[in-house]
Amino acid sequence: MILNAKIPDGPLEDKWTTYKEKAKLVNPANRKKLNIIVVGTGLSGSSAAASLAELGYNIQSFCFQDSARRAHSVAAQGGVNAAKNYQNDGDSVYRMFYDTLKGGDFRSREANVYRLAECSLNLIDQAVAQGVPFAREYGGYLSNRSFGGVQVSRTFYARGQTGQQLLLGAYQALIRQVGIGKVKLHTRHEMLDLVLVDGKAKGIIVRNLDTGDIERFAADAVVIATGGFGKIYYLSTLAMGCNASAIWRAHKKGALMACPSWTQMHPTCLPQAGDYQSKLTLMSESLRNDGRIWVPKLKDEKRKANEIPEEERDYYLERRYPTFGNLAPRDISSRAAKERIDAGFGVGPLNNAVYLDFSKAIKEQGIDKIREKYKNLFSMYKKITDDDAYQAPMKISPAAHFSMGGLWVDYELMTTIPGLFAVGEANFADHGANRLGANSLLQASIDGYFILPYTLTNYLAGELKTEKITIKHRAFDIAEAEVNEQLQLLVNINGTKTADHFHKELGKLLYDKCGLSRTAKGLTEAIAGIELLSGKFYRELRVSGTEGEINAELEKAGRVADYLEMARLMCYDALTRNESCGAHFREEYQTPDGEALRNDKDFCFVSAWEWPGRGIEPILHPEPLVFEFIKLSVRSYS
Amino acid sequence: MKLHLKIWRQRDAQSNGALVDYDLDGIDQHMSFLEMMDTLNGQLILNGDMPVEFDHDCREGICGSCGMMVNGQAHGPVAGLTVCQLHMREFKDGATIYVEPFRAAAFPLKRDLKIDRSAFDRIIQAGGFISASTGSAIEANNLPITHDMAESAFDSAACIGCGACVATCKNSSAALFTSAKVSHLVKLPQGKLEAEKRVIQMVGQMDVEGFGHCSNTEACEVKCPQGISVLNIAMMNWEFNKSSLLG
Ligand SMILES: Cc1cc2nc3c(=O)[nH]c(=O)nc-3n(C[C@H](O)[C@H](O)[C@H](O)COP(=O)(O)OP(=O)(O)OC[C@H]3O[C@@H](n4cnc5c(N)ncnc54)[C@H](O)[C@@H]3O)c2cc1C
Ligand code: FES
Repeated sequence: MILNAKIPDGPLEDKWTTYKEKAKLVNPANRKKLNIIVVGTGLSGSSAAASLAELGYNIQSFCFQDSARRAHSVAAQGGVNAAKNYQNDGDSVYRMFYDTLKGGDFRSREANVYRLAECSLNLIDQAVAQGVPFAREYGGYLSNRSFGGVQVSRTFYARGQTGQQLLLGAYQALIRQVGIGKVKLHTRHEMLDLVLVDGKAKGIIVRNLDTGDIERFAADAVVIATGGFGKIYYLSTLAMGCNASAIWRAHKKGALMACPSWTQMHPTCLPQAGDYQSKLTLMSESLRNDGRIWVPKLKDEKRKANEIPEEERDYYLERRYPTFGNLAPRDISSRAAKERIDAGFGVGPLNNAVYLDFSKAIKEQGIDKIREKYKNLFSMYKKITDDDAYQAPMKISPAAHFSMGGLWVDYELMTTIPGLFAVGEANFADHGANRLGANSLLQASIDGYFILPYTLTNYLAGELKTEKITIKHRAFDIAEAEVNEQLQLLVNINGTKTADHFHKELGKLLYDKCGLSRTAKGLTEAIAGIELLSGKFYRELRVSGTEGEINAELEKAGRVADYLEMARLMCYDALTRNESCGAHFREEYQTPDGEALRNDKDFCFVSAWEWPGRGIEPILHPEPLVFEFIKLSVRSYS
Repeated sequence: MKLHLKIWRQRDAQSNGALVDYDLDGIDQHMSFLEMMDTLNGQLILNGDMPVEFDHDCREGICGSCGMMVNGQAHGPVAGLTVCQLHMREFKDGATIYVEPFRAAAFPLKRDLKIDRSAFDRIIQAGGFISASTGSAIEANNLPITHDMAESAFDSAACIGCGACVATCKNSSAALFTSAKVSHLVKLPQGKLEAEKRVIQMVGQMDVEGFGHCSNTEACEVKCPQGISVLNIAMMNWEFNKSSLLG
């Protein structure tokens, strides 16, 4: 299979304009006859569904929560990037493009990344028009802050709840279309399979989580906007219900999966406190603007943080990366923390954390200023840990956070299955091997508001004349039967261990062997380990109740079943990439001072994987990355 | 810690429900309340019983999925928290804890602690938005908004839609929820154009859904995890009366 990314010809700055000018249109009367399924109501799904409905298409929208507004985009704290250059600090579309490409360690497409930066300008306008209450200066103009890995202030924010406010804007746009009758919203519905007819995406099978009923939906195109799958590590910053199921089932139906092992570990999360723990809460990266990260210089330090004198503290980020210091990009900060923790300098009861210290900022700026900036974060910290970060440093550690990998898509955001599109965190596109902070709310929004309305229309223009598929088609019978079979299989095992048990085991294994740093040996062991764990899962799982009722345990079990298969692919992905780039750090490939060693000669490609069937090794289809406009450089932050 | 739990179990809206006793041992005081519930559920499953169904997702107090009455209080005894952020250190060893669903006629029960809050979505659908279709926006900085007004709009917009206000109110009123959206949008210049229609329709929908009337007890504000102020209700009433009289 030769992958064609369908990048338009011409100069970088003109590609998207050229595409839009040449894309095929569907006339308004015909749009009313076309149906689109959008799975997911996060920023990407809501913005897509609302914008497509505004154009006149009929939309069926799905989410597993009880309201569209609860999608996990709601949890994003820090902000959203845009190259507005309101601060007059030298920002531009080109600079944002370059920062993003470099931040991703040159493992994404120039054309996609440029478009992301270009469309960022409109997103802020759109959000403000919807009533998103971004932070403002006293003069009434929009305020910005800077985020890890860049030297300009291009991040727009709404206190510590930017994701919530952007999502509410998109949700309100969506719900407005529900009122108008252009969107039919199905909350508490989980996509369990994709239906193909003649190789094209024509529908989905879903489970109604409130009744257990299996339902069918047919459409002229399907959009997957189901978010990230970092929850595969069990302990993560994601919500409990986040899953890989929709993308995994699409993968098994033929959509290639790209770079699934590229997971961003966020450096500023609360450390694990015990085995019972169900998630790791993120403390916004914005804290690194004023907080300094350190560990004691002494191993097995017993003193409290405040009792350790300045000269006995190791501000390791400032030491290793003097230019960026505490603002070094996420992958670098997380790895540096892991290095110190593994070397025995970790702090906290489980020695699994590092300090994030505000004492200098409080001394310099005053406690009131710090309170104004971070009040909600400090109080969240207090709520969870019962500690006061105004008095003593926070304890933080890296946690699984963002999936750079996902369904492979071309420039039009279409997967390798015609008519199946993937947007937001569910796709692999713009972030390369490492995502820059505040770029993914942006990507999710841009995909839905500004890109899909053109590219999906371009596809649908070709579908007007094809035969209308209904849910009576045989392909739906087959897919539904498979879904039922899988659900019954899980319910009938009747073993002695809960789905959470297997999920936790899998998470530990992945953190250990396919986490912040990887080795060929570890990954090979992991593949065998996952095989074993899968075997146990299908022998020892216990799910209470039946498939024909509300059953949260069954939902979990289905997700874990898919995670087990996804995890195996992640390990193959990491094992075959014999280089270190971005979040993917292979211990065999590093410089003498421990920095990532990229290999552009052999690995300047996107790994796109084909599902070969159960038990068989996945098949790799590399998509070469061609850099026409910039020169690859070593990504140095020292 | 040891706990005696009394949890509301109900198969579906049609069945009768009852409080069921569970004894739980070995609870770590640093566990969150929902992690305690996970522990209980883990034991129930292995005993062949049905686990307690409850809604939850983000577990960091922002999605609004979780919500239950803990010892008679929405989200439990600590102010300014959702139940997913409540920790067991707030309870004494050996404590008896009552766990019940949010109750309101407009929130029909699905199972155990799971309820149907779709009425909230329909209130927003009635007008809780600005009609700004994609592509029609003007340059953002052409619309200056004072710092204080933006902050004030944010305070209203911070509602997470959990329903604690309704569950706490003796009249099961949705006034705090509805007013938060009305105020958020009317405080902003871009939201003023549709203000009159919005408030009339949203208040109308509130009644259609069967929520009660607000009698100003202000209990909702006390139990709101986001600290949404009852001043929003005053603002909604003002806007409503203005629109009814002048509109
Ligand atoms: C704690 C946290 C903080 C973050 N902070 C920032 C930040 O400051 N800036 C930034 O730019 N990015 C941030 N991110 C990343 C960013 O929030 C996400 O990448 C982005 O919001 C993802 O949006 P989405 O639309 O792709 O997915 P989501 O918002 O996760 O939505 C997924 C949707 O899919 C639905 N769904 C999932 N599976 C199924 C299924 N099988 N069937 C039916 N429906 C399904 C869900 O119900 C939901 O509606 C943060 C992420 C986290 C976790
Ligand atoms: S689970 Fe999201 S607010 Fe509690």
